[in-house]
Amino acid sequence: MKLTLRIWRQSSPAEKGRMVEYPVEDISPDASFLEMLDVLNEKLIADGEEPVAFDHDCREGICGMCSLVINGTPHGPERNTTTCQLHMRKFEDGEVIDVEPWRAKAFPVVKDLVVDRSPLDRIIQSGGYISAPTGTAPEAHSVPVPKADADRAFEAAECIGCGACVAACPNGSAALFLGAKVTHLGLMPQGQPERWDRVVNMLETHDDAGFGGCTNTGECSVACPKGISMDVISRLNGDMLKASVGGKKKR
Amino acid sequence: MTDTFYESGEPIADERAPHGPVENRWTTRKFEAKLVNPANKRKKKIIIIGTGLAGGSAGATLGEAGYQVVQFCFQDSPRRAHSIAAQGGINAAKNYRNDGDSVHRLFYDTVKGGDFRARESNVHRLAEISTQIIDQCVAQGVPFAREYGGLLDNRSFGGTQVSRTFYARGQTGQQLLLGAYQALMRQVEAGNVELHARHEMLDLIMEDGRARGVVVRDLLTGEIKNHTADAVVLASGGYGNVYFLSTNAMGSNVTASWRAHKHGAYFANPCYTQIHPTCIPVSGDHQSKLTLMSESLRNDGRVWVPKKAGDDRKPSAIPEDERDYYLERIYPSFGNLVPRDIASRAAKNVCDEGRGVGPGGLGVYLDFADAIERLGRKTVEAKYGNLFEMYERITGENPYDTPMRIYPAVHYTMGGLWVDYDLQSNIPGLFVIGEANFSDHGANRLGASALMQGLADGYFVLPTGLGDYIARNELGPVSEAAVAEAQERVSAQIEKFLAIDGDRTVDSFHRELGHIMWEYCGMERTEEGLRKALELIPALRAEFWTRLKVTGKGDELNQQLEKAGRVADFLELGELMVVDALHRAESCGGHFRAESQDEDGEAKRDDDNFGYVAAWEWAGQDRQPVLHKEALEFEYVKPTQRSYK
Amino acid sequence: MAVTGGVLVLFLVAHMVGNLKIFMGAEDFNHYAHWLRTMGEPAVPYRTLLTVLEVGLVVAVVLHMWSAVSLARRARAARPVKYEAKKKSHAHGYATHTMRYGGVIILLFIIWHLLDLTFFVVNPKGGDASPYERVVADFAPERWYITLFYVVAVLLVGLHLWHGIWSAFQSLGLRSLRNEHTLRVLALTVSVVLTLGFLAVPLAVTFGWVS
Repeated sequence: MKLTLRIWRQSSPAEKGRMVEYPVEDISPDASFLEMLDVLNEKLIADGEEPVAFDHDCREGICGMCSLVINGTPHGPERNTTTCQLHMRKFEDGEVIDVEPWRAKAFPVVKDLVVDRSPLDRIIQSGGYISAPTGTAPEAHSVPVPKADADRAFEAAECIGCGACVAACPNGSAALFLGAKVTHLGLMPQGQPERWDRVVNMLETHDDAGFGGCTNTGECSVACPKGISMDVISRLNGDMLKASVGGKKKR
Repeated sequence: MTDTFYESGEPIADERAPHGPVENRWTTRKFEAKLVNPANKRKKKIIIIGTGLAGGSAGATLGEAGYQVVQFCFQDSPRRAHSIAAQGGINAAKNYRNDGDSVHRLFYDTVKGGDFRARESNVHRLAEISTQIIDQCVAQGVPFAREYGGLLDNRSFGGTQVSRTFYARGQTGQQLLLGAYQALMRQVEAGNVELHARHEMLDLIMEDGRARGVVVRDLLTGEIKNHTADAVVLASGGYGNVYFLSTNAMGSNVTASWRAHKHGAYFANPCYTQIHPTCIPVSGDHQSKLTLMSESLRNDGRVWVPKKAGDDRKPSAIPEDERDYYLERIYPSFGNLVPRDIASRAAKNVCDEGRGVGPGGLGVYLDFADAIERLGRKTVEAKYGNLFEMYERITGENPYDTPMRIYPAVHYTMGGLWVDYDLQSNIPGLFVIGEANFSDHGANRLGASALMQGLADGYFVLPTGLGDYIARNELGPVSEAAVAEAQERVSAQIEKFLAIDGDRTVDSFHRELGHIMWEYCGMERTEEGLRKALELIPALRAEFWTRLKVTGKGDELNQQLEKAGRVADFLELGELMVVDALHRAESCGGHFRAESQDEDGEAKRDDDNFGYVAAWEWAGQDRQPVLHKEALEFEYVKPTQRSYK
Repeated sequence: MAVTGGVLVLFLVAHMVGNLKIFMGAEDFNHYAHWLRTMGEPAVPYRTLLTVLEVGLVVAVVLHMWSAVSLARRARAARPVKYEAKKKSHAHGYATHTMRYGGVIILLFIIWHLLDLTFFVVNPKGGDASPYERVVADFAPERWYITLFYVVAVLLVGLHLWHGIWSAFQSLGLRSLRNEHTLRVLALTVSVVLTLGFLAVPLAVTFGWVS
């Protein structure tokens, strides 16, 4: 395949970036999108140019490290798929492909296509856990969990923390990420004691980090490589209302 | 055997494991280990490298215990460590199925599965702790699969005849890692853990023969920083990426372990490599990594190839009686569920006979037609839906209609830094946990045991031995000279990389090393091939140091520079693996020497000559490594030739 | 947004029911208009309850707008650098993406509508006529462009409601995977009924079914 890439190049956070055009040739349709970028980078290095910096690690769609807004869509055109699992057979020969970093105030560009997603860690840090110090756990079968709740919790817990929801959201909100964790932990009996504090603290961190507010456009859920449903945001909102207006928050 | 490629050193022994009945040893050790006064813990600093299952759980536990933990990962978030990609499950001897499981049986299976090359003491402890891990993870809210009654579901997994594997669909590693990650982040919030993401450890700071700190590079700014502490814990994972193509993450590397090795830490059993039988085959030269399909697929999928060599008909066009379900044929009692090493080698054998399928003839079918007919498509979808989707995304083929094609790929490395029962290396103050150590799996790891070991080490084992070390050693501040020396070494190496200005990329060297390793030190190893590799690798390494091209500068985000450091270490490790493989003239577990097989082509162990752990000491650049043997004794599980027929 | 939006939806339902009285004849319609002002008499003076409702509505509208503006401002701040590629929308479609500028157009329409039928400034009949006469004069066939303007505005209101009603349940945490379908149908039904109800009067006048 022969393609024309237009890639965002930005040498440092302070620098103003721009789109730069690169032709690539002899790309196998069986290559993944990132392998296609590997080919480009090998060529750039051979030509003495700076290769394109991009984040990636597991290349099997689970670590959440890869990103890229491809032709205006986070993780590219294939649904429920991360960029590393997107294969070139999904593109036309001769296509012009725009490649940009996630765009959000909370995700400043570090270099080229690499952004800083640490605010997502800070959201988890502020309450996205169940306090269970090592060694304190009761026998695993002492608390049965209805299968439906366990399955739902699992589906929400599938979030890989890639930030595509933020990249896709017209408001730059991380509500889906937040809702997924609130739903996962809130559906487990073990998560009940901290449920109300959790949602209030996590939402506060979310807002302070500079993410936008959710207006239920649903773009997040479509962009989510794990297809996490927007009902987790409803649960987030419900828990938030009960915690703040309903006065359930304890701390 | 001539000793021309290594030197023999003094034998070593694990002096920490208590004597007495195996089931009491862990209890004894916990009691004998000195405790650290809670008020003192706050003054003690522990460095942890890595945030996977082992590192994450260790950071959470030590932080909770009151130590000052300083933790590093090279990824942008601790949640991305490659433990996240483990699919299948985690073993625990809960015996919830009442199918005859017990701690002793898990112990027995693991020692046997490891082909009698692991320590009984360690393995028994692992089996004991396995049940606590499940309790711990459930308390953290890990959403394990459950039955309608609300209780935890179990399945049988990779080479065991009991159902003791706990799982969360095909994403068990992810869910367990998120549990550990969340517990870790809770400690970060509490101020007990100081976390540095996007930092890579590049050297160990040593003083008076002890590990006292690390030199790290801030991957965003390129700044070289040093951190000193009372002890250093490496939880930096395995070294499968020495093969370039493996199921490891692109960033997985041996650098932390290797640089500790160069300070004197023994590297044990480096040649024990697990080749996972069910991966998606290579599709072309662009390939950057291989993707694992969970072994759980073998529970319902049937492995076959055409009976005739060179049969290139579509799988659906090959009638039943012209198919060879070779695992079921050769191993009637275990069938498709034989352990990983056996399944992998069997696949290689049929492909060598020219019966492989798909591009290049490097693949075998994993067929779900029978399962779909027997269980219905819906059930199969519920069990394996996400794996099937993943397969279709990568290959463009629908496994509901046509059998999957699979081929073995490097997956896990049983070898690693040598540690004693306390998980302390031979360098005092340097602890090694998880895949980075060599401890529990012997020559072959059973399915669903890696997660168990990572979490056992981090949550439950490490705190005891580490506490004992801290309690027994009152250490003063580290001298500036020691810090400066380490930092200087790191800076010099970075400058060297940038100064070569040759004409070959890092990846081209890595790829070439991978080819050599896979060809000569892969699924089947011969003396001839290994000797050839022993010539090729040093030559490639010499070329690396003269022709490497790294663009950019040292004081910025420079992904080529990061890779250069990792590949430089792989180029040295690769040679040690070959040396180890060459010296071990027997077949065992993940190490198959063609010269050591029985008349049926099955692996033949040589317990009399090789019933030991090979711990290698770094003797210096371009000097032959020194072998220290730790003899293995088996009091409870008597060595037998494994047979899965 | 959800709470104020909910208030406004309830108002719209009442408003539509009132509008439809025009089909019962001039007397009924005028009587209804008069009743709105005498509600609650003699317990409270003339036009008290109506004024309270009007003030409530204004507050709801202002709060609704304030929420919308602050969300829009947050959104702008949350993405200081825009995407180069045209960002493709994949979810929920047109209704979702017309919420903001559609809302602005609806506001302009409401201002016109108040000037027209509440303050009579732009109404051809003015304040001296009966409510019925004013409506009939407003949508007279020769003033088809006014009718067209109303139709467009009402359709926009419909779209706004379609997403808005569903979104309100979502924002109040009342949506789950189980009731998802029901809520979508409810939102669609309410917005279609309201749209048709509001379109009925101007169209009926313009086409001469009411005169």
